[in-house]
Amino acid sequence: MSNIPEDLRYSEEHEWIRPASNHVTIGVTDHAQEQLGDVVFVELPEVGDEITRGAEFGAIESTKAYSELFAPVTGEVTEVNDSLIDAPEMLNKDPYGDGWMIRIAPAEESDIDDLMDAEAYREHIENEK
Amino acid sequence: MSRKPASAENGDHLEEAWRPRPDEPAGTTGLLLEEPLIFERSRTGRSGASLPPAGVPEADASTEIPEEYLRGEWQPEDGIPEVSEPEVVRHVTRLSQMNYGVDTGMFPLGSCTMKYNPRVNEATARLPGFTTAHPYLPEERIQGPLALMWNLEQALAEIGGFAAVTLQPAAGAHGELAGVLMMRAYHESVGEQRTKVLVPSSAHGTNPATSAVAGYRVVEIPSGPEGYVLPETVADAMDEEVAGIMITNPNTLGIFERHIAEIAKVVHDRGGLVYCDGANANAILGKVRPGETGVDVMHYNLHKTFSTPHGGGGPGSGPVGVSKKLVPFLPSPVVARSEGRYRLDYDRPRSIGRLKAFYGNFGILVRAYTYIREMGAEGLRRACEGAVLNAVYLREKLRRQENGGWHLPFETDSLHEAVFTDEALKDTGCTTMDVAKRLIDLGFHPPTVYFPLVVSGALMIEPTESETRESIDAFVKAMRRIAHEAQGSPETVRQAPSVSIRRRLNEALAARNPILKWTPDMDEQLASGIQRGK
Amino acid sequence: MRYLPQTAEDVRTMLDDIGVESVEQLFSSIPEGVRVQGDLDLPPPLDEASLLEHLEELGAETGGRPFLGAGCYPHHVPQLVGQMLLRSELLTAYTPYQPECSQGTLQFIFEFQTMVSGLTGCEVANASMYDGAHAAAEAAQMALRIRRKARRVLVSHALHPDYLATIRTQLSRSGAEVETIPFNETGAMDLSELERMIDGNVACVITGYPNFFGIVEPIDKISKIAKPHKALTVSVTTEAVSLGMLEAPGRLGADLAVGEMGSFGNAMSFGGPSLGFFSARQSHMRQMPGRLCGATVDSEGRRGFALTLSTREQHIRREKATSNICTNQGLCATAAAIHLSLLGRRGIKELARLNWLRARHLRRLLAERGLETSFSGPVFNEFALAVRNPAKALRDIEAAGLEGGLDLSRFYDVAPASKSILLCVTEVHSPKEIERLADALGGRE
Repeated sequence: MSNIPEDLRYSEEHEWIRPASNHVTIGVTDHAQEQLGDVVFVELPEVGDEITRGAEFGAIESTKAYSELFAPVTGEVTEVNDSLIDAPEMLNKDPYGDGWMIRIAPAEESDIDDLMDAEAYREHIENEK
Repeated sequence: MSRKPASAENGDHLEEAWRPRPDEPAGTTGLLLEEPLIFERSRTGRSGASLPPAGVPEADASTEIPEEYLRGEWQPEDGIPEVSEPEVVRHVTRLSQMNYGVDTGMFPLGSCTMKYNPRVNEATARLPGFTTAHPYLPEERIQGPLALMWNLEQALAEIGGFAAVTLQPAAGAHGELAGVLMMRAYHESVGEQRTKVLVPSSAHGTNPATSAVAGYRVVEIPSGPEGYVLPETVADAMDEEVAGIMITNPNTLGIFERHIAEIAKVVHDRGGLVYCDGANANAILGKVRPGETGVDVMHYNLHKTFSTPHGGGGPGSGPVGVSKKLVPFLPSPVVARSEGRYRLDYDRPRSIGRLKAFYGNFGILVRAYTYIREMGAEGLRRACEGAVLNAVYLREKLRRQENGGWHLPFETDSLHEAVFTDEALKDTGCTTMDVAKRLIDLGFHPPTVYFPLVVSGALMIEPTESETRESIDAFVKAMRRIAHEAQGSPETVRQAPSVSIRRRLNEALAARNPILKWTPDMDEQLASGIQRGK
Repeated sequence: MRYLPQTAEDVRTMLDDIGVESVEQLFSSIPEGVRVQGDLDLPPPLDEASLLEHLEELGAETGGRPFLGAGCYPHHVPQLVGQMLLRSELLTAYTPYQPECSQGTLQFIFEFQTMVSGLTGCEVANASMYDGAHAAAEAAQMALRIRRKARRVLVSHALHPDYLATIRTQLSRSGAEVETIPFNETGAMDLSELERMIDGNVACVITGYPNFFGIVEPIDKISKIAKPHKALTVSVTTEAVSLGMLEAPGRLGADLAVGEMGSFGNAMSFGGPSLGFFSARQSHMRQMPGRLCGATVDSEGRRGFALTLSTREQHIRREKATSNICTNQGLCATAAAIHLSLLGRRGIKELARLNWLRARHLRRLLAERGLETSFSGPVFNEFALAVRNPAKALRDIEAAGLEGGLDLSRFYDVAPASKSILLCVTEVHSPKEIERLADALGGRE
């Protein structure tokens, strides 16, 4: 069973969201990185880009797959984890830590309330099987 | 002869890690010969060139061409080696020995039709009259090549049941593009702007990719429970926005789309067109003429069905056959014939235009024409029958419990290829990829794996008509052995291949740390990539 | 039927094993209504000797050594190349999906990528293009991917006409506009026109190098005009031998250097198969079309090669792929790599120089006979010759027992181009033949 930290929120697209006072951090879950296999490239937006909930904002490439990333919340990108460009393997090694992808300033607080908690996400994975 | 690329131009700093294993005797591992990159063999001052003296007054190029457009001295790091002819021969020979081809043994790569590539084809394609023919020679001088193209067009039209054929596309995917652009041009000619193309989920990736290049949105439709597309599924997806359907017949499960005529009718009734991907035409040669099943346009793969060699991935050739209503849109020029003379007709106002320079991969056309003339109608039909017989025999053997009980996703009869799931590997810890790699150890090229995408862990096996019963039996035996190993000694399967010149390549490293050309510090780059991955 | 191994007994045994009565039964999944009745109407089969005789007849009138290039050049291909290409394992292998048993093909692709990069001065190259025209079209498409919002593609009117036509076809559904840039009296791109036409909506500027008239285009100046507008500069070389002596386009500012490499190792073969090449900047690597081969290590740490960055491609990304291409021009690329290895650094330079010198010799002989080139720009091994009547000039060449020359009025309807023939001289044309050609055109024969 993959690691699902209790203190994070989750999207159906297997992203985790860590809310802080004025921004949220977004990454992909341990379950997602297991499914993807060896991640070889991560395509991310630039600081200042507006991303929209449900819309594509980037992509992850593994040796055998190409997976688009869909935004869990709407907002402006304030920070991007550029180290993933040179070390995409961080996404496999430490998905909840150094493998984080972007930080955004959410436009709607309510977006976050719509996300799953750890228990709901665990169930979501079970249902997908 | 030392086996390490000693004092190559990139110096003596090769790390031991990827050197040929130092504990092996110099030169060989049995018959597995190592071979460095040609750049690592290079020594400044060697040459394999044979050029004539100028024989005309000398001059310095800078008297005419401005200095800034002239290249200075070529440097070792510029990627052109300096080697003598015997070194080149040894380089090529050793590299060829690291390859596996149809001439080596059974190459059951599904959907690729790796049949025997006759040597007489190589001889005819190399006739000096063809190899030294310039495409812009005057028409009276190129009557022979044009006649050959005309004859080949006629033969392909007869085989496929089409009104006309273009030989211009250089590959299957290129043929797809020609075909879909013709569909588009046809719709526009009747004043319609359609936006979507239907593609079954089992299709080759080129079908959706081609549709996208042609400006269409792809609508994926599922296959029915028996492995073929149902007319009602098509009817549900069909509307006035749909330009047509791209369907492979037989499909990538080797199953004949038995409702093709009804599907064509459903599509035609709503104004759409039917594109057939002819990748699997070997299964229906002389048995079905797709043009008579309602197909409007189809590409042929001369490098699959018509025996031209794959050459490690190319060159191929992808002629396209069309029904009468699409003839005006064929790529320009077309070969025309009147009163026994041939000419290139460029006066094609409704043509989709040109897809490449000149007229197609002529050298490949010569090979395919040679094959068709060798085989004749009966021969082609018998080739098809042999291919299907071999495939069904293999399928029925492999599914038996005593041979590993390989699991079929569909019970439906299949033709030229058999697709199995990874069900038989359940709980063994082995994957389809492991099976593929283990087959290399046992002397076979692996089948196509993980395709079609709609089958879990697919193993797609196409023996072709070229294989003897004995070679198929041997393949079955190898698969039986792998099935047993997966149960009893799964590590043997997971660690395979162990007797090839290289064991499993680290594809993640290749993609994370792309090294796409030789440079003097290439091995250091590789080392830092390995280091980073740790 | 020499290619089909099954004996009647084999067939019987196999059918019994399957549990069916006849071969026909194996096809029972095909509805009767769509089955062919009887055999196809094809010419009767031929035995090997008759087959060879028939094909020889078709090729009887064609071969030669024309003074003709225009995208397909008569060069001497070393015997070794042809003989090596008949190595079974290279000839009859498939795309190297299984790297453990395809290291030969993969290493050749890797070596070819290296050589292309060396010739063009762009960092990354593939081995996947059908021909030069297709490479040019894919380059335009790639530029449109990189400059996502740009919708114009500017193409020199002095680019090979087949290449221009191919770009038009391939972009016909991309939503982009293809516009041509005129050439001037030098035969090169009219830079003032380029300055007038360019804006931020231009994805790329495409030019020959050398162009269709054989003129060495000023890539550096073109790139200088394009760059401030973020337009990419694409150089298209139809005669790769020229890169033996011309500065690498990538070093002159080309962002994409593509073209046709059939001149190395590949026969003219009536225009195909040939060998497109494609090279780009490292920063654009992930937008490249086609197969790429990369170095890696195997599970025991030994260096090896594998196809890589494949998530760009159709078999994974399907409708979102960078291209629909699945070919790599494996065997043609291998032929070129072998030829280039034989030539070496000195050989490639010497071969280029030989081509330039002999073409120069013809130009000088023609000038002595009162015939001038149509354009004043510098040329490599091809040039447009101003003539009063192109059709008559070609007849004069033929009457002298020589071949070649291309009537440019076929592609251009305005002088000087329309009053020109295109001539090409390479290392295969002897000084004697060159003199005879000059005499034929100069009215001395």
